[in-house]
Amino acid sequence: MKEDLLKYGLSTLTKTLLIDLFASMLRIRMFEDKIIELYPEQEMKCPVHLCIGQEAIAAGVCLNLRKEDYVFSNHRGHGHTLAKGTAMKPLMAEFYGKITGCSKGKGGSMHILDIENGILGTSAIVGGGIPMGVGASLASVMKGEERVTVIFFGDGASEEGVFYESFNFAALKKLPVVFVCENNFYATNSHQSARQASCKISSTAAPFDSHGTCVDGNDVLSVYKAAQEAISRARRGAGPSLIEAKTYRWKGHVGPEEDFEKGCRPKEELLYWKEKCPVSIFREFIVSRQIITENEIESISAGIREELDEAVRFAKESPYPEASELHKDVYFGTRD
Amino acid sequence: MPWTKIYSNKEEFEKAAAGSTLRGITYKEAILEATSRMLEQDKSVFVIGEGVDDAGGVFGTTKNLHLKFGKDRVMDSPLAENGITGIAIGAAISGMRPILVHMRVDFLPLTLDQIINHAAKWHYMFGGKLSVPLVVRAIIGRGWGSAAQHSQSLPSLFTNIPGLRVLMPATPYDAKGLLRAAVYDGNPVIIIEHRWLYDHMGHVPEDDYTVPIGKGIVRREGKDATVVGISYMAYEAMRAAEALSKEGIETEVIDPRTVKPLDMGLIIESVKKTGRLVIADTGWKECSVGAEIVARIMEESCGILKAPVVRVNLPETPTPASPALEKAYYPGVDHIISAVKKTIQK
Ligand SMILES: Cc1ncc(C[n+]2csc(CCOP(=O)(O)OP(=O)(O)O)c2C)c(N)n1
Ligand SMILES: [Mg+2]
Repeated sequence: MKEDLLKYGLSTLTKTLLIDLFASMLRIRMFEDKIIELYPEQEMKCPVHLCIGQEAIAAGVCLNLRKEDYVFSNHRGHGHTLAKGTAMKPLMAEFYGKITGCSKGKGGSMHILDIENGILGTSAIVGGGIPMGVGASLASVMKGEERVTVIFFGDGASEEGVFYESFNFAALKKLPVVFVCENNFYATNSHQSARQASCKISSTAAPFDSHGTCVDGNDVLSVYKAAQEAISRARRGAGPSLIEAKTYRWKGHVGPEEDFEKGCRPKEELLYWKEKCPVSIFREFIVSRQIITENEIESISAGIREELDEAVRFAKESPYPEASELHKDVYFGTRD
Repeated sequence: MPWTKIYSNKEEFEKAAAGSTLRGITYKEAILEATSRMLEQDKSVFVIGEGVDDAGGVFGTTKNLHLKFGKDRVMDSPLAENGITGIAIGAAISGMRPILVHMRVDFLPLTLDQIINHAAKWHYMFGGKLSVPLVVRAIIGRGWGSAAQHSQSLPSLFTNIPGLRVLMPATPYDAKGLLRAAVYDGNPVIIIEHRWLYDHMGHVPEDDYTVPIGKGIVRREGKDATVVGISYMAYEAMRAAEALSKEGIETEVIDPRTVKPLDMGLIIESVKKTGRLVIADTGWKECSVGAEIVARIMEESCGILKAPVVRVNLPETPTPASPALEKAYYPGVDHIISAVKKTIQK
């Protein structure tokens, strides 16, 4: 095992952390699977952007973070927030449009909030959350806080002008920001090669005199290592980094179905990437090296299942917002 | 009250203030003073914008603040308006009170995604759990061939959006008090200033004070017609009222000061008395603040009008550069005078 970890430059990684990485990915996978199971009931009346296939990025990055560190995310944000430590109940309730949801039913699945865990709201405007993350980081530096800010965004968002504006500013001010681009090769149904002149997103960092790297986003240890380096650069004041993590989303852009049947993407592509499932590969890795037993995995799953069932029950039993809530929270300080 | 008064120039103020201890400063100095005081008192306040730390200091409104408070708090910005707006919003939701400054209103269209989709939504979309205490200042240019891209007012781009506030102060007193009110309002606030107001003089107390957002003011009382004058047009309305008074027509001049929220109560009260309404605005007519005022009167008390409303706006064209065309373009005191006469003849 030591040797395997050495290859990643992670020889000091503890057994507990390896198990936590696995558990975090599994928790995301099971959460998304639960949505797929429940979605046909049509009680969850909001679009869902599932991140199945991409779990290693959320887990590998967020397990390097402290509770007070900020995470900014996008429309495909379930995994990021779960990995950062958000409880399932307020998430699930939000998806069900209930008053007990993290955003009191006003946000839906694309607008997740968990202030305690450093999630100050996610934007569903592609690229929209990127400058906000940089601004939050600026605020923490101005206040003398030690926070790092991680900004997750997609390959599509890397085409938005605001990404370059934000990266430049973060580099200019040497802000403790880690930009994490989840390159799943698609923006809705459009392939990266149809959209980008150069498909080297990570090289975007170089002209800003910043560090950029490209990793296998399905290999949680590679992601963990890249994030560890980027975060430590951020913490020691060396400025922002860009991590491009290549991965693939298994489901369609939105909703619980696979999309190859609709002709959106080739089936072979999906099959290829399913072979590279981040959760089962890492499971196999830690089981074969006796880091964890099947029994222990079963007990982790049982714990997650329990959390999920409770969250679903909570979401379903919670009341909807009163109609009078409609006009509240438009302006701060008035509840009008 | 000395601060309800509007003076067209320094001499006028000095004449009015003669023999008293009233302190007079200009509109731009009022903004500078308010900003400086808040930077001094509150570590969470900072200023960001293109050229805020240059020698001119955004026409004097941020002049030398960087020397006093450092370039970390009076921060020059890259030319990246949308990104910088998002950065200011991000700072605002994490405990800061940024004042973002644009030399021209015309640069705001580049920031619409962050203002409309993010700043305006962040409080509501997350169930009221976060607030966005962001102030965006932007300046309307006029004259000397400023032309189509350096002269717009554009308040209606923002007044249509729930979650935003839009202020258009006309006097030095209001410029200072509304800026402070905006910074501590807790909501995203757009302040649209007019370059031609910058050297106007008025009474401004040295102490800190706020002007309530959503409260207009009667600048001059009158019984025959109401003129709502917005921003710089409040001055033109005052001049018109003076001229009309010599002809025996008494005009009531209302300066709404903030256009979102609009003090409709004050306007309706006045129109109830006069029955006639002229609205003079710094922008175009279609879907304008004036259009909103008229619509609200129709909805709330349509019986109070004795004559059709007359609006004084820019012609429906982009702003031309040539002085000959500029002259034809901008309405002023004469247009307001004829507008008032038109409502009275009806
Ligand atoms: C500014 C903007 N343009 C377009 C959309 C519609 N849209 C939503 S998600 C998406 C694709 C985003 O792709 P990417 O950034 O790669 O993220 P992914 O969905 O692959 O995770 C698009 C085009 C949007 N929400 N916002
Ligand atoms: Mg993508």
